[in-house]
Amino acid sequence: MRKTMTGHKAVAEAMRQIEPHVVAVYPITPQSEIAEYYAEYVHDGIVRTELVAVESEHSAMSACVGAAAAGARVMTATASQGLALMVEILYIAASMRLPIVMALANRALSGPINIHCDHSDAYLARDAGAVQIFTESAQEAYDYTLIAQRIAEHKDVRLPVIVNLDGFTLTHSVQVVEPLEDARAKGYVGDFSPNYPLLDVDHPSTWGPFAMPDYYFELKRGQQAGIEAVPPVFLAAQKDYAELAGRPYEGFLEPYRLEDAERALVVMGSTAGSAKETVDALRADGEKVGLLKVRLYRPFPYTAIADALAHVDRVAVLDRALSFGTYGALYSDVATALLHRERKPILMNYIYGLGGRDTTPQQLDQVLREMKSGDPDQGLRYIGLRE
Amino acid sequence: MANIKTLAKKQEQQVRLSSGHSLCAGCAEPMVVRTVLNSIDDPVVVANATGCLEVATSRYPGTAWNVPWIHSAFENAAATIAGVEAAYKGLLRAGKLERKVRFVAFAGDGGTYDIGLQALSGALERGHDFLYVCINNEAYMNTGVQRSSATPRCASATTSPVGDAIPGKPQDRKDLTEIVVAHHIPYVAQASVSNLIDLSNKVERAMAYDGPKFLNVLTTCPLGWRTRKDTSIPMAKLAVETRYWPLYEVVEGVYKINYKPKKHVPVEEWLKQQGRFRHLFKSPEGKSSLEEFQASVDENWERLLKKEQCLSGADAAQ
Repeated sequence: MRKTMTGHKAVAEAMRQIEPHVVAVYPITPQSEIAEYYAEYVHDGIVRTELVAVESEHSAMSACVGAAAAGARVMTATASQGLALMVEILYIAASMRLPIVMALANRALSGPINIHCDHSDAYLARDAGAVQIFTESAQEAYDYTLIAQRIAEHKDVRLPVIVNLDGFTLTHSVQVVEPLEDARAKGYVGDFSPNYPLLDVDHPSTWGPFAMPDYYFELKRGQQAGIEAVPPVFLAAQKDYAELAGRPYEGFLEPYRLEDAERALVVMGSTAGSAKETVDALRADGEKVGLLKVRLYRPFPYTAIADALAHVDRVAVLDRALSFGTYGALYSDVATALLHRERKPILMNYIYGLGGRDTTPQQLDQVLREMKSGDPDQGLRYIGLRE
Repeated sequence: MANIKTLAKKQEQQVRLSSGHSLCAGCAEPMVVRTVLNSIDDPVVVANATGCLEVATSRYPGTAWNVPWIHSAFENAAATIAGVEAAYKGLLRAGKLERKVRFVAFAGDGGTYDIGLQALSGALERGHDFLYVCINNEAYMNTGVQRSSATPRCASATTSPVGDAIPGKPQDRKDLTEIVVAHHIPYVAQASVSNLIDLSNKVERAMAYDGPKFLNVLTTCPLGWRTRKDTSIPMAKLAVETRYWPLYEVVEGVYKINYKPKKHVPVEEWLKQQGRFRHLFKSPEGKSSLEEFQASVDENWERLLKKEQCLSGADAAQ
């Protein structure tokens, strides 16, 4: 049934349906309402989850690690500084192969302090070893929270999964969302069977040992195998879900009017919605433009990206964060993906929307027009910046 | 109540921390760990902060632990065990578990007094059902004897060395036990590795309660204290006899000093056998520091006696 709700509520609804054994969470704008909705479910007796209202995000992720290693299904949510505080333990969660699913309400990192959206928080956790998915709408945030659970808990993966949703743009705006019925959502997610749980006291296991140069390298290589196992698992989980829910989800990417495009944007998150409008408007004027939206950010789908973009003449990669001293993180990945293709587009890198700065269809229209003749060696370009 | 025979028998029956770990000769930590774990009859899950105990007992691919054990990071033993305990409650509620399991966290003074204090306070306030054991050897021994907020005044440590301008650590140690008492949890105690019977009894009394329990256990480190390897127990005992480290407990807010030394042993007797205080015995300034040290020990002891008097079982009953 179609309902109107915020992105917060959509994520909280998915969490209610998953009903993890433990939710450990700490409030931070713009994530707080996810924690608040879930606390209501717990306090009203709607779910049997043990809610751990921790004293910091560091303890949130630490409690998630303890709970997941103990054998529980575990979830959390955070944003910005909260993720920064969690990152130390997120690396450890990934190294322990713990399937912790978390919503990340994308918000700019301090300083200066700011509460609005950009992707600097997601980029900060880029190398932590967690799977990262970006969503465009409240509907996608809901859907991919369920899909994430399947990916995280797959026996070949067993890794934390971050579901990114743009702070305020998605978390706070009311949109039409069609959730699954509870029984179908629960059926899709299924039961969780943990590996070597601490609470199996008859079979004691040692978690988080000390590994020296004689083993550390092999253990990290093993972890790499976990994230390399994600692509087929992602596709299968997404396909099952798409069939169950009747959604058009397919692939790691969402190409939009890209087949015959001469110029294209590459973007992640809610800005894809504005970009689609811009593409439509320019197509109506006869301009051959298109869009590539990246859904799965980690592991980065290099081959799919190269296949999708190789025929395009010029591509502008939009990064919603600065990676100080170099190109945007998404741009660098896209460039790497195309490096060995004989036919490849001219690439440009645009930085946009930092600290919640609006990016309008008019600005995207301008990008798609100016990139026709822009100098690819110019370095970073900025959208909507007062210079 | 424990006695030396029951403790020895338990150690024969269940080896929860096995030998073969790489803790130093003379290190008192394994005695604390074994006594604590052998004083709990139910199955236990252990969380361990980063530190000597963790490094020396879990080198991959080996392990010295015969109980489920988790190490995550330095500052989060309390939050980690809180998560394990929350999982236990959540799984019980979901009908996935039935057996009684108990939860214990071990951390050093650095991981407790300093970097882990916030996580500890949070877990105490939330009321998780667990025992937290601070294995207190009064400095960051694992990283090379740097000062912590548990390091006593005047002690020489690698980040509070005895220099020409500043002779050792200028500040008093933090009174963490009393900070924990202020959380109004059911059971808080100080113990010493020199009295394993007392330690065992405290664990038994603590585990009779649901909710958070805390033990601060003075544990000799021959490397950091610069003492002889064969004197770890006598050294911890002298700390108790000199009233530097009182054995006491606070049970539901009621103070009880478990051992009151009959004669006054000057704290110098304890200090002079430790290399970390050697400088105090070599100069006139050192002599005055020793007097101040003694005054501080006396003052703390008097304060504790008053607390026992004011917050005694008799008062609580009124």
